[in-house]
Amino acid sequence: VSERVLAPVGRRRCEVTANIASGGYRIFSALDEAGPPPRAGQFYMLTGERWGGAGGRPYLPRAFSVADAKPADGGVALDFLVEAVGPGTGALAALEPGEGLLITGPLGRPFSSPEEVVPGVAGAVLVGGGIGIAPLALLRRQLAASGVAQRVLLGFRDRRHSGGVEELFGCEEVRLASEDGHVGHRGYVTDLLSVLLAGDDAATAAVYACGPPAMLETVRELCAERRLGAELAMEAPMACGFGSCFGCAMPLASGGYMRLCVDGPVVRADEVETALVAGSGH
Amino acid sequence: LTDLSLELCGLRLAHPVLNGSGTFDAIAARRAFGDDLLARFPFSAFVSKTITPEPRAGNPPPRLYETPAGLINSIGLPNKGLDGFLIEDLPVLSDLPVPLIVSVMAPSGEGFAHLVEGLAGRDQVAAIELNVSCPNVKSGLIVGEQPSETAALLDSLRPLTTKPLIVKLSPNVADPAAIALAAEEAGADAVSLINTLRASARDPVTLEPWLGAGSGGLSGPAIKAVALEQVARVAGEVSLPLIGMGGIESGADALEFLVAGASAIAVGTASFRDPMAAARVHSELDRELRSRGIDALPGVERASTST
Repeated sequence: VSERVLAPVGRRRCEVTANIASGGYRIFSALDEAGPPPRAGQFYMLTGERWGGAGGRPYLPRAFSVADAKPADGGVALDFLVEAVGPGTGALAALEPGEGLLITGPLGRPFSSPEEVVPGVAGAVLVGGGIGIAPLALLRRQLAASGVAQRVLLGFRDRRHSGGVEELFGCEEVRLASEDGHVGHRGYVTDLLSVLLAGDDAATAAVYACGPPAMLETVRELCAERRLGAELAMEAPMACGFGSCFGCAMPLASGGYMRLCVDGPVVRADEVETALVAGSGH
Repeated sequence: LTDLSLELCGLRLAHPVLNGSGTFDAIAARRAFGDDLLARFPFSAFVSKTITPEPRAGNPPPRLYETPAGLINSIGLPNKGLDGFLIEDLPVLSDLPVPLIVSVMAPSGEGFAHLVEGLAGRDQVAAIELNVSCPNVKSGLIVGEQPSETAALLDSLRPLTTKPLIVKLSPNVADPAAIALAAEEAGADAVSLINTLRASARDPVTLEPWLGAGSGGLSGPAIKAVALEQVARVAGEVSLPLIGMGGIESGADALEFLVAGASAIAVGTASFRDPMAAARVHSELDRELRSRGIDALPGVERASTST
């Protein structure tokens, strides 16, 4: 398992540098002047300075995987992908350049190298769904920098629930799927994975996936059937992000629970009992 | 910073800001933040998550629900059990630069006695906090909601250790002072309050209970006003030192609890938002006291005169 990058103790203020629309999502950026560059799969707990407000929500910070991290003048430029679906994501989607963003991170266990996922394997298959494409964008860049051959498969529900592909994945070869057929294969991204895994070179790649619970569960099953090594970047509601609230319980295949914030969010697909966990994906 | 050190039931504390049990896991936090956490440890004593005689996996998810300015949790006391705690966690917690208070809970008096006996001989344990918000399997009553049950529990545990025993009071009673008085008369050294308020939430779509275990406990600023009143009520009835908590997010909040009669305060849910929230509360409290020309914390004097 790859070493996590440790977070500076406590919460720090960053300045929001950009917030752009991308399809139905938004990509907002912040300059982290004090933190180390994160590893792909790690996340940050984010709090807007205008948190609270009428109705007293959002109250808690929100966990976001980092979609990109690049050295910048005076720090590390962090990109996050967000879809406004509730009070927390709504407030983050409305951030304006110059506003403050309070962050804690990088947190959690990052993606492992293909060699660590499956000894002797050199390639990678990245499978992303919806807003879950975010951590795979940074993974793709970090793997590409180490010369790892990759296939990237991304899926979306419909035109409104899609975005980020061009900005975060560039013009690299990416295969797309959408349930409404507005782009790429009409159907699920896991259909593309199924076809790919039926091919001869399937056994030479490690699978990395992030997306909604149903998609992750299909990836988990496909890989389990074929005995393929895979890592899933998972999501669960969490209050703290550093192991203290015990809210992000994920059932282990071996019984009991792990805390997704410190034992994940990236987990080996065979570690978890199921990706369909009540309350996840909210 | 001004010297805000105090003595709390025999423990020398550098300042009056502790953590609430179950709101900070120093071992997991060290995995996230490294040893810098120890160098900048924000609490003057560390209160462990509650341990039980046997290991517990905890409640099925979902375990959390955000409310206006608050959080409902239904965690279910996941822990390694007494043996796991003593073997795996206690040596690591001994690295902390502050006194260790271990929180315990059991479904019976015998279970509590087993826990207290297991901790009594450990030098690393400075004090024991009794989490009494659990049903007694024999009576079916929540121990901390009945003065007689609380007194009986303290009567049975008091002879087992000379370490300070702190009783964590439940707010889910009509008269918390009656419970505190029973604890005091039976030999408790301090009380801490408040625990979470019983609460529930429903899935907005299905209208079914949201939490995996059905219901949970509310914490955060949403409960501060309730906590402040209960601290004042209990402080007026007992001479034991009080550790006040419930929604404290700032030095101004902390000062209110201290003026209401608490000897020390604890930061809980605020640490979820910022792991160093307690350090900020401490420095803000210092500033509040200086700007108001308050030389001594009312509760500190209270603690020293009552012992």
